[in-house]
Amino acid sequence: MSDQNRYELNKNLAQMLKGGVIMDVTTPEQAKIAEAAGAAAVMALERIPADIRAAGGVSRMSDPKMIKGIQDAVSIPVMAKCRIGHFAEAQILQAIEIDYIDESEVLSPADDIFHINKREFDVPFVCGAKDLGEALRRIEEGASMIRTKGEPGTGDIVQAVRHMRLMNQEIARISSMREDELFNHAKELQVSYDLVRFVHDHKKLPVVNFAAGGVATPADAALMMQLGAEGVFVGSGIFKSGNPAKRAAAIVQAVTNYTDAKLIAKLSEDLGEAMVGINEQEIALLMAERGK
Amino acid sequence: MEISKPQIGVLAVQGAFIEHERILKSLGAEVFEIRQLRDLDRHLDGLVLPGGESTVQGKLLHDLGLFEPLKNLIEKGLPTFGTCAGLILLANKLSNDSHTYFGALPATVERNAYGRQLGSFYAEENFEGIGKVPMTFIRAPLIQSASEGVQVLATVNDQIVAIRYKNQLAISFHPELNEDLRVHRYFLEMISHFY
Repeated sequence: MSDQNRYELNKNLAQMLKGGVIMDVTTPEQAKIAEAAGAAAVMALERIPADIRAAGGVSRMSDPKMIKGIQDAVSIPVMAKCRIGHFAEAQILQAIEIDYIDESEVLSPADDIFHINKREFDVPFVCGAKDLGEALRRIEEGASMIRTKGEPGTGDIVQAVRHMRLMNQEIARISSMREDELFNHAKELQVSYDLVRFVHDHKKLPVVNFAAGGVATPADAALMMQLGAEGVFVGSGIFKSGNPAKRAAAIVQAVTNYTDAKLIAKLSEDLGEAMVGINEQEIALLMAERGK
Repeated sequence: MEISKPQIGVLAVQGAFIEHERILKSLGAEVFEIRQLRDLDRHLDGLVLPGGESTVQGKLLHDLGLFEPLKNLIEKGLPTFGTCAGLILLANKLSNDSHTYFGALPATVERNAYGRQLGSFYAEENFEGIGKVPMTFIRAPLIQSASEGVQVLATVNDQIVAIRYKNQLAISFHPELNEDLRVHRYFLEMISHFY
């Protein structure tokens, strides 16, 4: 199969996940709870971001055995994280036939300059982006899905909102540029003219864009969807809360009917304790600054 | 009776529904999204069940109270077009899953029959009455067997990938992901012959 076909198929899988919620899970039991609650995919990892943040130290790809246990437990797609730039970890995840690799700032970066050349892989990659330039650089490297880089493990939505708004503003700006201005703008963003041209012509990214980082409530999910996210990742927000199954199902429904405030009001009732949040001013480590 | 502008409801609880809407609109249909019960208050000539995750869509159909009303409409003969997850929702037997959903289509379907994402593939094969069409299979299901009365419309490597049964058109690939409009046109023609 040609590389171009494979890349199309990988972008297509992200299209199938749209309007869905991708949930962080650490055990097969959690994966089953997530699937039953309506997760469109699960992210298998040893520790959820809130615990990674609390534990400190170097955080790496999860044990392949643990990931395989989750693959066996559910029928929905299974994603897993590798460190930014750590192509050997990505090779391992491909070898166990993961459905999507998240080259993620949640783990400690393995390379402070170069991201993985994702074009060399057959399995798809999702990458985080704070703005349009970052998104297009990751797409140039072969990412077939983008997500915001909201601050993981904080339960604070402010950064994901900032990234989504910035992305929308920059897309609107490119869309209104004269064609002769696009060449220079491509240089400013450090990406190819073709990608900038695509955004100019289509008024959107060439791949699916999800919200991630800090989503803790159905209202958070609805906020991100109304701001233009095509789906939502929920990390620590579910299994760090009082009633994971109920909260997960409520977030899933809120993503489907994200403009129906009456329904979301009902969904938000009696969800129990939300995850304990940390405001962005209170954290020492800004993971979103990893990888540019 | 020929319908000049068919009203098509697209199930929009999760998945790639916008892609279907875009194609159906370009073919002149009036398209609306079905996200909750009140969306069914209007008349519809046809129903599209898009690709996505069948487990998610199945759960949301029940949670949002859409399941029984849609099941009734399909059983009463509403022209229905299911792709990938939509095929799974229609089948009356899943060989590797204890669940079934609408169960109106007498066929046995295997979920994720080609394995994980690495097994996803692209092909171009003959579609009955249309000719060669692009076929994108994403973690696709397979139609293992179909009962009598079910018409096989397409096969890939001798495996059934598209069938028609009375009011239902069910396909394991994603015609909504390619620029080719002919499979959707086939569905619209199916609707016009139905009324």
